[in-house]
Amino acid sequence: MPVDVDAVVLSNTQLSHDYNSVTLAAPQLADQAEPGQFVMVKATAGDHPLLRRPFSVFEIQRDGDGRATGFSLLNTRVGVTTRAIYGLRRGDRVRCLGPLGRPFSLATPPAQAWMVAGGVGLAPFATLATSLRARQVDTTLFYGGRSAADLFYADMFGALGVHVRLSTDDGSRGDHGNVTVPLRAAFASIDRGSPLRLYACGPTPMMRAVTDLAASEGRNTDVSLEQIMGCGLGGCYSCVVPLRSAAGTHFVRSCLAGPIFDGSAVDWERLGR
Amino acid sequence: MSVDLSVDVGGLRLANPFIAASGCFGYGLEYDEVVDLSTLGGVAVKGLFLEPREGHPPVRIVETPSGMLNAIGLQGIGARRFVADKLPVLRDRGAVVIVNICGSTVDEYAEIARILEDADGVGAIELNISCPNISKGGMMFGSSLQGTHDVVSAVRRVTTRPLIPKLTPNVADVASFALAARDAGADAVSLVNTFLAMAIDVETRRPKLSNIVGGLSGPAIRPIAVRMVHECRQAAPDLPIIGMGGIMTAEDALEFIIAGATAVQVGTANFVDPFVWDKLRDGLVAYLRRHAISSVAALVGTLDTTRG
Ligand SMILES: Cc1cc2nc3c(=O)[nH]c(=O)nc-3n(C[C@H](O)[C@H](O)[C@H](O)COP(=O)(O)O)c2cc1C
Repeated sequence: MPVDVDAVVLSNTQLSHDYNSVTLAAPQLADQAEPGQFVMVKATAGDHPLLRRPFSVFEIQRDGDGRATGFSLLNTRVGVTTRAIYGLRRGDRVRCLGPLGRPFSLATPPAQAWMVAGGVGLAPFATLATSLRARQVDTTLFYGGRSAADLFYADMFGALGVHVRLSTDDGSRGDHGNVTVPLRAAFASIDRGSPLRLYACGPTPMMRAVTDLAASEGRNTDVSLEQIMGCGLGGCYSCVVPLRSAAGTHFVRSCLAGPIFDGSAVDWERLGR
Repeated sequence: MSVDLSVDVGGLRLANPFIAASGCFGYGLEYDEVVDLSTLGGVAVKGLFLEPREGHPPVRIVETPSGMLNAIGLQGIGARRFVADKLPVLRDRGAVVIVNICGSTVDEYAEIARILEDADGVGAIELNISCPNISKGGMMFGSSLQGTHDVVSAVRRVTTRPLIPKLTPNVADVASFALAARDAGADAVSLVNTFLAMAIDVETRRPKLSNIVGGLSGPAIRPIAVRMVHECRQAAPDLPIIGMGGIMTAEDALEFIIAGATAVQVGTANFVDPFVWDKLRDGLVAYLRRHAISSVAALVGTLDTTRG
């Protein structure tokens, strides 16, 4: 059951001029959160900005006994809420409703897992990687950014035993080009029939490109979509995704049916933005 | 001191005056895990056409100063599936259900009302003649006095339920529409629906909503909505009113009640805080106690306009 908590900011790490991560005290929420779920965040009191914003749960914080104490968000400042989150201070309070949405379905050995991330699309993969590694899934992270300064936490994934393949648009770190460059190379190096699950999260064009590339290799991709969301609970019908099925293409609420969807079922042309 | 929160809106009995606004609470059951639906005064469900509808492609909402624009386009499951799948569960939860209906033609409104007449658990019918972001139906009827009269009287002929036309604020003289609705047989009116509005991304020079225009809701519209409730009350003191538009707190709701609303609906605030309902009730009780008023009903329309 989702809870609404007034979470205290424990720390705010400004990773760059645009990116930061915020750790929040919220034991009840963190304890329930599963990989891929999200939280509706109201970072400022008052009527402007009015609505909450959806954020993936990034890391789960635990105490010495392994009990969940809180969670963190990965943020990039683009609008009024994300600017407020960038500037949060220790001790500030942030309203958090969650966990919401359906979690990732996890790969099982002998299948390997490839997680493909762009920018803050890295967020849902920390908990996913932890769960996958706990069940001994051979896991790789393909992580792309504009330049070296936009890539964070690669070491953290390495420490979980995840293989990390980096790429940057300007070639300042890892492969030169977008994240499909190392992904294409990886496809060339594995057997077409070997069991594999793909997960992608990042800018829409990137998720679409990953879905298409994977499909050309006969693979499905679970994408974590970031639709504009009003309530997170199914009340407003704003976060819909055009989804193809045997019954035709229908608008499906991302907050209830998602945010994880089979990328090949998404009608990317009509997704918006 | 015990206070009585119950109200009667044109034959619709509510345990308290707080109703979830249509389109802002799904079919109610989405909130089953977060709120006890029987503790709400009522639940106005998402607007229903006769047939299922897909609605507009995303982007469907955009935030604006102290408010939001929406152009959902009335995505929905249609009246028959609502009656078969949702209504029995809502009834089981003890919810007072207000069914918000919409038609492309006068006949479609009447047809839906006929279906609802045979169903169990319909507390009232709210006529959506005020949706601003669909091409056929909705505001097309509610922005003409004749259209308002035609829809209300056609539905009146086929329903015995409390009939509540929902008025659009996108007219010059909203009170004349309240009178037209009353004269055509309405038991009460609800107002306001959203204000037709628009937002533009200046970098791309494109509209922010896929539908180009949408409806403005939230605190930004509240003072205008209060004024419109006041005007309707002045013009038709005997016609019960359900007021809405930007209610976030009990104090906001009190403005509407004092202006003349017997009950209120809360839409956008529910997105911000799905647990708002307890706070609204508690705030209202505290106010009534502080002013030694024994019931909400006694407060309705008590606006004091004497100079002093
Ligand atoms: C996302 C959204 C969807 C709405 N859908 C409907 C609807 O289906 N039928 C209707 O009569 N009003 C609809 N409305 C209007 C609300 O019921 C209400 O009249 C309006 O939002 C003003 O109240 P508020 O400021 O408390 O939200 C919708 C409003 C929003 C924000």
